[in-house]
Amino acid sequence: MKADVSSSGPPLVELKGISKRYGDLLANDGIDLSIEPGEIHALLGENGAGKSTLVKILYGVIEPSAGEIRWEGRPVAIGSPVEARALGLGMVFQHFSLFDELTVAENIAVALSGEWNLATVRGKLGEISRTYGLALDADRAVWTLSAGERQRIEIVRCLLQNPRLLILDEPTSVLTPQEAEHLFATLDKLSADGCSILYISHKLEEVRRLCRRATILRAGRVVGTIDPRASTAREIAALMVGSEVGEIRTDAPHVPHGEILRVDHLDMPPAGLHGQALKDVNLVVRAGEVVGIAGVAGNGQSELFAALSGERLAERADAITIAGRACGTTGIDARRRLAAAFVPEERLGHAAAPTHRLSENTLISHAATEVSRSGFILLSAAKRLARTIIKSFDVRTPEGDPQARKLSGGNLQKFVIGREIIRKPKLLVVDQPTWGVDAGAARLIRQALVDLARDGSAVVVVSQDLDELFEVADQMAVIHQGSLSPLKPIGEWTKEAVGLEMLGVAQAQGGAHAV
Amino acid sequence: MRFELTPRTTVSPVARALAPVAAFIVSFLIAGFVIWLMGRSPIAAFDVYVLQPLSDPWSLQELLVKATPLALIAIGLSYCFRASLWNIGAEGQYVMGAILGSWLALKTHGTEAGFWVLPLMLVLGIVGGALYGLVPAFLKTRFGVNEILTSLMLVYVAQLTLDYLVRGPWRDPKGFNFPQSVTFDPSATLPPILESGRVHYGVFFAVIAVLVTAVILGRTLFGYRLKLTGDAPRAARFAGFNSRATTMAVFAISGGLAGLAGISEVSGQIGQLQPSISPGYGFTAITVAFLGRLNPLGILVAALVVALTFIGGESAQILLRLPLDLTQAFQGILLLCVLAADALVSYRIRLVTRGGGK
Ligand SMILES: Nc1ncnc2c1ncn2[C@@H]1O[C@H](COP(=O)(O)OP(=O)(O)OP(=O)(O)O)[C@@H](O)[C@H]1O
Ligand SMILES: [Mg+2]
Repeated sequence: MKADVSSSGPPLVELKGISKRYGDLLANDGIDLSIEPGEIHALLGENGAGKSTLVKILYGVIEPSAGEIRWEGRPVAIGSPVEARALGLGMVFQHFSLFDELTVAENIAVALSGEWNLATVRGKLGEISRTYGLALDADRAVWTLSAGERQRIEIVRCLLQNPRLLILDEPTSVLTPQEAEHLFATLDKLSADGCSILYISHKLEEVRRLCRRATILRAGRVVGTIDPRASTAREIAALMVGSEVGEIRTDAPHVPHGEILRVDHLDMPPAGLHGQALKDVNLVVRAGEVVGIAGVAGNGQSELFAALSGERLAERADAITIAGRACGTTGIDARRRLAAAFVPEERLGHAAAPTHRLSENTLISHAATEVSRSGFILLSAAKRLARTIIKSFDVRTPEGDPQARKLSGGNLQKFVIGREIIRKPKLLVVDQPTWGVDAGAARLIRQALVDLARDGSAVVVVSQDLDELFEVADQMAVIHQGSLSPLKPIGEWTKEAVGLEMLGVAQAQGGAHAV
Repeated sequence: MRFELTPRTTVSPVARALAPVAAFIVSFLIAGFVIWLMGRSPIAAFDVYVLQPLSDPWSLQELLVKATPLALIAIGLSYCFRASLWNIGAEGQYVMGAILGSWLALKTHGTEAGFWVLPLMLVLGIVGGALYGLVPAFLKTRFGVNEILTSLMLVYVAQLTLDYLVRGPWRDPKGFNFPQSVTFDPSATLPPILESGRVHYGVFFAVIAVLVTAVILGRTLFGYRLKLTGDAPRAARFAGFNSRATTMAVFAISGGLAGLAGISEVSGQIGQLQPSISPGYGFTAITVAFLGRLNPLGILVAALVVALTFIGGESAQILLRLPLDLTQAFQGILLLCVLAADALVSYRIRLVTRGGGK
């Protein structure tokens, strides 16, 4: 052991030569990283660079193939999350690990060991929610919550254990700007209290806002440790990808023609006790345009998506018309046959089955097309289709036809979006298209959405990312408490106006769509 | 201090293939130990349980006879279990199939009815089992009633119905008051394959069911739909697979196959209705389905293995005076070992002490 304790003491945690091999793929390749007490340290890298793999090793979820972890200078073996928590690590995963049927408080209680019970959890939960501005209703069932709210549970769950090192794997990807700002204040406060934070994000601006040191990974290796404030977001992105990230092209002006989707006075009761009802939603989307739906998580986006996709049915058939057919009361299958396509918010478990291979996952939305004939699966056609999607959308896979869960988050997102776009749908409805996707891939996805519209399809993008909507949308509306504002050309919106609508302030004057 | 299961990142295919073999060896060792505790020679027991049945032609036939209903029912159950629907009531569906099929046999008894009686009986057997299986499915899809409870309770309803029928309206008037029906006419009897043998044509039904199921589960959209419903229910809904229709379909299939097993057993094996027409095939088939890992060919093998324990258990009772309950215990040990071996292949077990890692 190299015995040198510098004046400032050893780093809180030190990773030395960490490697992880999956078959032929080196997901982590000799990674060195150290985190000082109280430091907010960013971990950057494009999709599949190995960020999640590294933090999962640190948190004892997976075993490294080689390397050493030191905690306050002493080598430790972190064999499981339980041991990690005992050391003082907390982690918020990229994909949620919550029980849908349980309430918020129950979900928190089951993850905590020791003297916690429901009552103490509930008390502490209120306290933490208030201190850190993370509003949560202890008694709601998780399945009624939006992704943003679910993520809050994960964050609060960690904070309850007073961790010394908090690992956040893309925590803000589903938060609104205000929520994110709250979170940053929380993190600043934690860091001032001496808690270290390892922060994974694709949003470089927020990294520059929060962190003084950033380690950048590319293809499993450290390519640099930098001070993000000393370089521009563009330079950092270039370091991550190895080349510059371009702007998206929207050259051909938007010339909308025939109406593809009409939503007419759509009402829908909430899915459960705490869901958001849809109230008198009206919307017209024409071929050739991208329509953006902005809003804070939990304001009816998931319900609107379910209503449009046909996962939930409307009362009246003519509440939803796709390509001239009233289909409010027909299911998702029939709507797909009208050349509509859908990409839900949650990729693992909803858009894709985690333990199924990508070729099998094509069946989920292509069941009625070339991958089957009279009820039989054409396995080779499904494999070919998966390969085509992988090629056209630059999906990086660890093997030829892997299980969906083996893809990194951003790569799976590219796959599920590609799976729908490749069908050349007349209507595409997508919820949070670039959640957890790196800058390069986000550009690729947004470009694909715009191109699809320019080729004559109607595209609906539900997103919390205003920058994204301003980039791709031709027209935009805002959803608030289940009501949709009137659609306006993107040029007539300002960020301030959208912000007000998102908070429901503008409705007081609107009248037309008042609650 | 407690145990923790952590998923293995890579699962070797060799380990997966060898797991059932290891499970068998371990369960034989445990059973041998129990038999030794009971004061008998484990080696003699192994001889009686395994070696003798496998070396004696009569026992080999018996093996097929017993494996037939087990395989048929377990194949049906695999449809339900793959979709994470827990049909525990195959025993009842078996009995109902037997009742409905036998109704025709009794109706045509003593008449000149021709060759059509037997096929129609088999169809009625399937229909009876399927309709009976649809009851819990309907209650589940319509009112959200838990299918485990309803399907299980309906077993007792079916058994008591059979009991009532053979003691009451369907009792053989010339049967010295024994609770049993008349013996079926030849036109209502499933014939043995070999002139003097005991193995009847039901064996073919089981083999056909295995083959057809292998194709359905592996190659059709319907099969994929079951897998998706079981593995990722939200994705299944997103795929547009109607979960109600799926529930109804798998209960109908599994009830139908159980009903076919029931009527085949009554018309091919027993030859009449009596209060008890099954040594618990419907329940044992649950074990068979999981022993075979819900895989059609696996189920075929598992059915033969479990049938072997039935036969071995009978001769052990006679030759070694070991209680018949031991057979059931042995089946239970076998299932536990196979499940444990499967778990150990995909997970690592570790002992966690409080505050471990420090
Ligand atoms: N269980 C697994 N089996 C095989 N390969 C895997 C497995 N898990 C991850 N990989 C591969 O390891 C590589 C690194 O994945 P990782 O999830 O760490 O990426 P990431 O940097 O977190 O990306 P993202 O930003 O998209 O979340 C990817 O190529 C991925 O496909
Ligand atoms: Mg990741």
